[in-house]
Amino acid sequence: MRFVLNGREVDVKAHGMKRLLDVLRGECGLTGTKEGCGEGECGACTVLLDGQAVNACLVPFGQVRGHSVTTIEGLRGRHPLQRAFVTEGGTQCGVCTPGMIMAAAALPKGATREDVRVGLAGNICRCTGYEGIYRAVRKAHRARPTAHDSRPTAHGSRLTAQGSRPTAQGPSRRSTRPKSGLAARRQPPAASRKGSR
Amino acid sequence: MPTIGRNVPRCDGMEKATGAARYVDDLAFPGMLHGRTVRSTIACGRIRRVNLLFDPAGFTVVDHRDIPGRNVVALIVDDQPCLAERVVRHIAEPVLLLAHADRERLIAADVDIEYEPSEPVFDPLHSPKVFKSVAIDKGDVEAGFRVADEIVEGEYRVGHQEHVYIETNGVVAVPENGGITVHGSLQCPYYVQKALCVVLGLPPEKVRVVQAETGGGFGGKEEYPSILAAHASLLALKSGRPVKMIYDRAEDMEATTKRHPAVVRTRTGVTRAGRLTAIDVDVLLDGGAYTTLSPVVLSRGVIHATGPYRCDNVRVRGRVVMTNTPPNGAFRGFGAPQTQFAAEVHMERMAERLGMDPVKLREVNAFRAGDTTATGQALGRDTSALKVLREAVKRTDFRRRRRSLRGTNRGLGLALFFHGAGFTGSGEVRLASKASLELTERGARILVSSTDIGQGARTVLAQIVADTLGLPLDAIEVARADTGRVPDSGPTVASRTTMVVGGLLQRCAVEMKRTIGRLTPRQYLRRHRALVVTRQYEAPTAATFDETTYRGDAYGTYAWGCDVAEVEFDPVTYEIRPVRVTAVQDIGKALNPRMAVGQIEGGTLQGIGYALLEEVVVRDGRMANAQLTNYIVPTTMDTPRIDVVIVENGYRHGPFGAKGVGELPFDGAPPAVANAVRHLGLDVRSLPMTPERIMMLSGQQSAGSR
Repeated sequence: MRFVLNGREVDVKAHGMKRLLDVLRGECGLTGTKEGCGEGECGACTVLLDGQAVNACLVPFGQVRGHSVTTIEGLRGRHPLQRAFVTEGGTQCGVCTPGMIMAAAALPKGATREDVRVGLAGNICRCTGYEGIYRAVRKAHRARPTAHDSRPTAHGSRLTAQGSRPTAQGPSRRSTRPKSGLAARRQPPAASRKGSR
Repeated sequence: MPTIGRNVPRCDGMEKATGAARYVDDLAFPGMLHGRTVRSTIACGRIRRVNLLFDPAGFTVVDHRDIPGRNVVALIVDDQPCLAERVVRHIAEPVLLLAHADRERLIAADVDIEYEPSEPVFDPLHSPKVFKSVAIDKGDVEAGFRVADEIVEGEYRVGHQEHVYIETNGVVAVPENGGITVHGSLQCPYYVQKALCVVLGLPPEKVRVVQAETGGGFGGKEEYPSILAAHASLLALKSGRPVKMIYDRAEDMEATTKRHPAVVRTRTGVTRAGRLTAIDVDVLLDGGAYTTLSPVVLSRGVIHATGPYRCDNVRVRGRVVMTNTPPNGAFRGFGAPQTQFAAEVHMERMAERLGMDPVKLREVNAFRAGDTTATGQALGRDTSALKVLREAVKRTDFRRRRRSLRGTNRGLGLALFFHGAGFTGSGEVRLASKASLELTERGARILVSSTDIGQGARTVLAQIVADTLGLPLDAIEVARADTGRVPDSGPTVASRTTMVVGGLLQRCAVEMKRTIGRLTPRQYLRRHRALVVTRQYEAPTAATFDETTYRGDAYGTYAWGCDVAEVEFDPVTYEIRPVRVTAVQDIGKALNPRMAVGQIEGGTLQGIGYALLEEVVVRDGRMANAQLTNYIVPTTMDTPRIDVVIVENGYRHGPFGAKGVGELPFDGAPPAVANAVRHLGLDVRSLPMTPERIMMLSGQQSAGSR
């Protein structure tokens, strides 16, 4: 199956009904994406699919054909969020961190505290109480692009901010939304959580 | 440049932020199999038959007969089998182990276990078996009640709490050198090693335990990894291949330990002026099916049961009993959150009964230096109960804010609390922890078994050593917690790592600096080849604690806190929404303020979750909501603004004055939130305060007032 992984076109052999999470960690050898719950609640496995944050545990691999997937490895350690998570106390045990950073990377610049709160509602952190994460996002949004960021090879922030386009042959964006994954993330978290009590 | 007191970034931060950090599920070994646990489906009974309903080709199957050593999980009392033999005592008890190279086939393998069920015990109030009971007596409680103007009684209940570390429990066991090496997500490598030696019948030199990067613990990876490591090791030794066992979320929630549910009955005598004359507390903990760490959880619970208040006449009775549910165990706070929730809600009820300002009542009774605790420990100058109380009241303009909220759907509440740092009683002396420092070309390497599970131990320990040696932080390395390489510096629990192990390392560094004198590390190594300094724990004072009478100095020092919580009540959904929490905490010295604040913010939020959202629903001995869809932990949407104020009243035997910080923040948030809800007029005495419970409570109260 051909798709764009971290800015590079790849061809990966795996069953179409395998979870994207398992293909990334297994066939692709990218273990930065973590499994926390396997049911789309914790967000530890968040990756970007065409620039949108999705839970890789809810996306069947077949759905990424012809699309672009960005994982934490795709930020190459140069995204301002990565440094800010370290200096501002946004990471403690670190297991939610890759997913949290990917979800934060999908937020628009200039997001308010409330935007950040809502935007990260699908990512559970059990260590920080979220304050350190808010500080990190605020700091990264204020940060000017560093020399690194402006290098042509470092597509980290641009890729995540705008999303890379699906290949020309790919189906339209709307029809390829991984329904389960996005539906879970798009519902207002408070409401969806309550309904299941 | 000194690092103590500065926000140096955590040394493992970039690895975590780039996804490069290797957690146990990220490890792979050639020829590795996957392991699975077959568990009991009844709460109590005898196993009649085990039927394997799959083709065993390619499978490794292990039951209790394959255990080469003793079939126990060695800890305090060796009552828990590693694999059930004839009897099961709780649902999800391990019976059989399977391993296969292919995960799909492993999961599909069907096993049928025939049982002869017997009547289980689920209600701790009717348990036939007491694991441990404790009595604390001070003064004359009956005399105290006789001089009281008011006597206030109450019963307070709290349920289980699940840790929900985002990385579930997991290990890989690798047969090596005629023994076994276990890589795992764990807090206490030497606990696991000791347990493995017993169950595998191997000497310590054949059992190596290595901590992989660990995705949160909170106590949930204190004792539990021992049984999991034993399971993976049995499969690995039988198959001769590495075996990985990673629990999925449902198995982790159903089978692993939880915070102990508690019933606390309190009766206090108080004068009209608000002075406590007698405190009488009865604490009952539900231990689950086996002893695990319950006796020690009970100890800490009863010692903290009076709250941070002076009283000449105290009686505390505590017991932890058996029920046919999965064993409960360590969880941040370790018994103290349960009893201090009761103490602080009770304090609020006393203030109501006396018609007294709740701050004033606490001021009258709060511990001062020189006061004695329930165990008779005289408190030192590092006692900060009044200081944190006054600071919290001032910061939040508590009295005025509380008045201004009257008649609205918002409430404001407060809780004062304390937490003993380090092991209880003579625990630290018995542990006799060791820490070592090895001179390197650039500086020094820290050798300790203390684990970084997210709290930042690596960074803070390195700061202590760097500043003591007078070297830059990047000259200090921290060796991986590997029993093949580091000495036993005790478990990473009980808010002890910075204070106790950090203290040992400071002593190592002082000695190392004296030894190398004016030479640089490189020069010293050229002349003398190597230098390793080791220090072992010694009690800093002659203080003693009698574990039969519970008299004496229970802890070296205490950390102090006062939390103020503001909540909003939604009259349509009956939700209680936390709006803002102010946490004022004396931790002696914040060696790395940002990381200390991170501990306080995170611990406070776990406490808010315990207070409002987190309910383990147990049906017929099984956790009915073993998934994150309906076991609700706080997301960003459930989280209030948390303002942290650090107070530094140093402990003279802690490194740079540090006390423990890990657990203290958990103790305060639940009662502060409960008291804020009480301010709304709801008589809350149990947790969690879910919308259902709040609805029932307000229904009962309005029916009662009609």
